Amino acid sequence: MIEIEGLRIELSGFALQDIDLSIKDGEFFTLLGPTGAGKTLMLEAIAGVVPITSGRIRIKERDITALPPEQRGIGIVYQDYALFPHLSVLANVTYGLSYQRTDPQASRKWVEWLMERLGLQPLAHCSISYLSGGEKQRVALARALAVNPSVLLLDEPLSALDPNFREEIRDVLKKLHKEVGITFLMVSHDFAEVLFLGQRTAILNRGKIEQTGLVSEVFQRPATPFVAEFVGMKNVFPATFRDTKAVVDDLELYLQSPPEKDKRYVAIRAEDIVISKEKVSGNGINVFQGKVLELTDRGIYHEVAVRTGNVIFRAILTRGALFEMKLPEGKDVHIAIRSSAIHVF
Amino acid sequence: MKIQKPIEPFFWLTFVCSSVVVAFILLPLIQMIVQPSFQDLKETLQDPDVRRSIWLSVYTSGLAAFISFTIGTPFAYLLARKDFLGKRFVESIIDLPIMIPHPVVGIAILGIAGKNHWLGHLMHQVGIHVMGTVTGIVAVLTFVGLPFYVNTVKAGFEAIPVRLENVSRSLGASLTSTFLRVTFPLAWRSILVGIIMCCARAISEFGAVIIVAYHPMIAPVMIYERFTAYGLKYSQPVAVWLILVCLVLFLLLRIFSLPKENQT
Repeated sequence: MIEIEGLRIELSGFALQDIDLSIKDGEFFTLLGPTGAGKTLMLEAIAGVVPITSGRIRIKERDITALPPEQRGIGIVYQDYALFPHLSVLANVTYGLSYQRTDPQASRKWVEWLMERLGLQPLAHCSISYLSGGEKQRVALARALAVNPSVLLLDEPLSALDPNFREEIRDVLKKLHKEVGITFLMVSHDFAEVLFLGQRTAILNRGKIEQTGLVSEVFQRPATPFVAEFVGMKNVFPATFRDTKAVVDDLELYLQSPPEKDKRYVAIRAEDIVISKEKVSGNGINVFQGKVLELTDRGIYHEVAVRTGNVIFRAILTRGALFEMKLPEGKDVHIAIRSSAIHVF
Repeated sequence: MKIQKPIEPFFWLTFVCSSVVVAFILLPLIQMIVQPSFQDLKETLQDPDVRRSIWLSVYTSGLAAFISFTIGTPFAYLLARKDFLGKRFVESIIDLPIMIPHPVVGIAILGIAGKNHWLGHLMHQVGIHVMGTVTGIVAVLTFVGLPFYVNTVKAGFEAIPVRLENVSRSLGASLTSTFLRVTFPLAWRSILVGIIMCCARAISEFGAVIIVAYHPMIAPVMIYERFTAYGLKYSQPVAVWLILVCLVLFLLLRIFSLPKENQT
């Protein structure tokens, strides 16, 4: 278990503050946020290579806040691999073994297993400069795991890779995590990556944690406008609430149930907004009339912006649907939103 | 068929300027090297005083470089890796010996080496003499060579990603172990270049040395003495030998420090 309490790091012009986090043993935890949110800084603070201003870090009930990095038992894998360029693949992987107090026989077996498992055996005596990006990342993984750390920190391990290697390493990470049973803490700015890999996640923005929870939960029920937009909710509006109604500007949206107190926003996914030429009706469906404001080609689908009163909704249509509906910009359309698709927070 | 592009006037300007610079450096040197006859060179080398002074120049510069390496390497590492209050100030202190006129360096060193200064007094008591000794020469050469070493090696350390050191520490290596196993092996080429720079600066020092130690005579002092006493013809062969010895030494060091093909 990793417990972080009241972590604070002040740098010139940036501060990571009020970080409270608890990560279970063997969990694949992800730390998600845009560039510049302070994710790498937080990893380096846990690893002990960045001094912290205040707060406590505990791993398996041992307070490691004041320990130097080499005594923390935390592995780190960087986005740019950070392999030792003057050493061969094998020498990189076995770099940390001489500092281990475990049985050398067992260590050697473990390293052999890792090299085999990550397909590095044929490359053992190669120089680092001959490796591809995916191979380098596998060496970095093997090197970090070779010393059997209690936690493995992964700093955007997929970002620097070509798309085909990215999938490969993503799968390797998922399988390896299951096999080795070590706690993984991965930093990422890509929600799709996290949906595939992570069990629980924390969303970091401007040095603060905005939301912590299961990945699916954060995806379905974002707690702040930032998180809502970050997980791809295209429609986030401030709202006031009356009984089972949400008032967004001059529109009234019917909700499934009366919201709890202190709610201030509604969010609707673009894929939950249905566009039609004819008016649809039915129970629990909000229907509005609007005008097509803008069509944006997004490759495999089109994004359609529809203005209803003062509110602009963003929906998506497949190429085929758009072709059939013949929607030029400025055309009158109807939109329908199920009340169950309206997320209140 | 090659397509001929019109050549811009600026290209001609760069070409002419480069030729002037190269000629300005090479002409006097070539003239000096080809002037003495082979017989002159041979006789000069047979003179034990000449051999002694050239050897003294080489080994005092080598010692200065060794001292710079020993105390300058950790210092350069500190400057490359840590930010601290007054770092800029310390960095400009390091550059001071480059700016100070050479005789002033000699006078300054004599100032603290004299019996009137507590440090000089202390040194006298333990038997360290600076005035007119090899110790004095080495002290002066280290003073002028150290900045070149520290600045070169600092740049070398800065070029090594700090993440490599972070990873090494996370794998269990202490700061010392990390320095020895990662930082030093990756920086040794710039350390070697720093040693060459320091040596080159030290071996060319004259102004500060004649103040601290006219005798024993290092090669530049001997060249100067022969020039003032006997004229150009007698000083040139010594100068040629000094240049040749330096050239060979620096070439050897450069060859050793050339990057191997598989390490870039």
